[in-house]
Amino acid sequence: MSNESFPLKLEGGDVPMVRFDRVTKQYGDLTVLDSLDLDVKANEMVAIIGPSGSGKTTVLRMLMGLELIDEGVIYVDGQPMTHMEKNGRLVRAGQKYLRRMRSSIGMVFQQFNLFPHMTALQNCMEAPVQVLGLSRKEARERSLELLKLVGLDDKMDQYPARLSGGQQQRVAIARALAMRPKIMLFDEVTSALDPEIVGEVTQVIRKLHDEHSLTMLMVTHQMGFARDISDRVCFFYEGKIAEQGSPEQLFDNPRNERTAMFLSAVLEAD
Amino acid sequence: MSYLEFLYKYAPSFLNGAVVTLEQTALGTLLAVIVALIMGFMKMSSFIPVRWVGIVYIEIFRGTSLLVQMYWIFFVLPLFGITLGKFEAGFLAVGLNLGAYGAELVRGGVQSVPRSQYEAATALGMHPFTRMRRVIFPQALLNMLPPWGNLLIELLKATALVALISVADLMFVSKQINMSTFLSAQAFGTALIIYYIIARGIITPGMRGLECKLAKKLSIG
Amino acid sequence: MFDWRWDFTIEILPRLLEATGNTLIAAGLGYLIALVLGLVFALAQRTPYRLLTFAVRESIEFIRSTPLVLQIFFVFYVGPQFGIRLSPWTSGMIAIGLHYASYLSEVYRAGLDSVPKGQWEACTALNLSVRRTYTKIVIPQAIPTVIPGFGNYLVGIFKDTPMLSVIGVTELFHAATSIGAETYRFLEPFTLVGAIFLAISLPAAMLIRRFEDWIRASLGMTKLHAKD
Ligand SMILES: Nc1ncnc2c1ncn2[C@@H]1O[C@H](COP(=O)(O)OP(=O)(O)O)[C@@H](O)[C@H]1O
Ligand SMILES: [Mg+2]
Repeated sequence: MSNESFPLKLEGGDVPMVRFDRVTKQYGDLTVLDSLDLDVKANEMVAIIGPSGSGKTTVLRMLMGLELIDEGVIYVDGQPMTHMEKNGRLVRAGQKYLRRMRSSIGMVFQQFNLFPHMTALQNCMEAPVQVLGLSRKEARERSLELLKLVGLDDKMDQYPARLSGGQQQRVAIARALAMRPKIMLFDEVTSALDPEIVGEVTQVIRKLHDEHSLTMLMVTHQMGFARDISDRVCFFYEGKIAEQGSPEQLFDNPRNERTAMFLSAVLEAD
Repeated sequence: MSYLEFLYKYAPSFLNGAVVTLEQTALGTLLAVIVALIMGFMKMSSFIPVRWVGIVYIEIFRGTSLLVQMYWIFFVLPLFGITLGKFEAGFLAVGLNLGAYGAELVRGGVQSVPRSQYEAATALGMHPFTRMRRVIFPQALLNMLPPWGNLLIELLKATALVALISVADLMFVSKQINMSTFLSAQAFGTALIIYYIIARGIITPGMRGLECKLAKKLSIG
Repeated sequence: MFDWRWDFTIEILPRLLEATGNTLIAAGLGYLIALVLGLVFALAQRTPYRLLTFAVRESIEFIRSTPLVLQIFFVFYVGPQFGIRLSPWTSGMIAIGLHYASYLSEVYRAGLDSVPKGQWEACTALNLSVRRTYTKIVIPQAIPTVIPGFGNYLVGIFKDTPMLSVIGVTELFHAATSIGAETYRFLEPFTLVGAIFLAISLPAAMLIRRFEDWIRASLGMTKLHAKD
């Protein structure tokens, strides 16, 4: 890759919290993301919508560093994340660098991915103690506070198997927050839940948005929720942002024909 | 002597040994399959004495060593008036022993067929025997073929023990060549390679083929 | 039973029991080697070095496809050809340890593979170190998957120890053949050897099953994952 055209870091007045700069991702012959550009401002809440297979999850996984990108650069808070500077050039990030950069990002998965052999509290404490080097007491206090935030302080000693899907997902949110990330990623966090308990999870996200300064990227199929919580909505289609804008603009006056078709299909299904 | 010269000189002996190994494997497999079916179904019987015969057989043959069983058949059975040649004693021990392991595969395969298949067949008024033969067993067979592939490799390996009662198989031949030449690496190494070729060049592909054929026949492949 | 002599039985029993001790030592030692080596083989297959992964995988395949008794001969006789003399015990332990390591590495591998991908990803997202990921997250969850395999192969290695007699390791089967050669009586020694094997392997298999249940229960690990 010729990296000349990518800056070593982002400077100036208005540095975005996240920038995807011409990012391409391929699986074999399949181009999942095609030279994607995307800026997310600090404290912005961006909803990502789009048909299945359009690359929404891939965007989050690349930002979290779970997936290597093929071309382009991702910047976090002005610093390159997928790459690092070496002798005035950008080279692929090493594991150590990646780990450092990752620490400002938290992720919540569709399938929760709680550690089944640890209680809710242990799930939350594990990384703060092991990665941040907090004392057990500090980690415990922090975790309890967050379990309280998600309304589960009374369940702290339960194993995941004893919790409902909604409760597990709230623990997963608390676990990610315990690392004090600047950016939170949510990948269809309500899709594995029964309809009647979706609300308890969205409520937590809403609270985070209202009361905490966090940059959030949220992949979701809940159009209503996306509409009244997000600052901006991006509609993905075949690995590209086909349309983006304020929720009002995108939901009420979609300019792109694909967006309109997608929206009418999902809204009808609701 | 270079390895090529070694091979040239001893190829016929290795070949003879390999043929005996293949014979032992084939006869052992035949016996193991028969024993596995009989004992596997006996163990699943709802008639308790029959079930116990299955259980006792399987536990005895799996609980002691093949080598012990082989010696027992070859050295002790004659005391009861049953004298077998070494060749017969060899594949008999191998087949009876591996058959006990096979019985568990038969049972596992049959029990892996979902309950709903029994119910569907029963609802169609099938006799239990027909149900087993036409509905349950074919599906069970497909499920148990992959572990049978592994079992047959174990069986092939087990036949090497017949050399210890002087059946002139591959193992026996390699031991003899080792004794007359002291070229241990060549003698045993060559035998190891031939076993490997039989295992991965004949047994594994053969079982794969069988699986494909059966899957096609059941039109799920 | 036909021609069974009890006085002879009682005469040879101490000798057989003493040899049983050796059999147990051989099985235990071989198993220990296999446990360690098996883990090494399994981890080697998870490294990014293609050549190493390939070499280890093919070696495992080869060892698993060829007879243990031949491998025992190979290890015992090939050393001297190149000027290295190994005792029967040493060669026996190397051969049986290596043989079972190749089986156990598959058990380890299946165990590691049984841990859902999401668990690894959650560890990455939380920035847990590789070491921590293995020791605290992955291995505890792999244990219920590997215990039955570990148990079966422990009993398996025990039942394969008679093969060590071919190079002169003085274990149980060796003792029985010696008695047979000295006295020309085969009924009692071989029947007793079979009985001793049964008396150890049956309860062992039962204990292993108990242990399995106990581990599963104590980890509370049935049905612990989110619905798919
Ligand atoms: N590990 C992978 N290997 C191959 N293809 C993949 C992999 N992960 C995702 N894909 C493909 O990439 C495309 C985008 O996937 P994804 O980002 O998960 O879509 P979305 O989340 O929008 O449904 C899909 O076509 C999917 O099949
Ligand atoms: Mg997705």
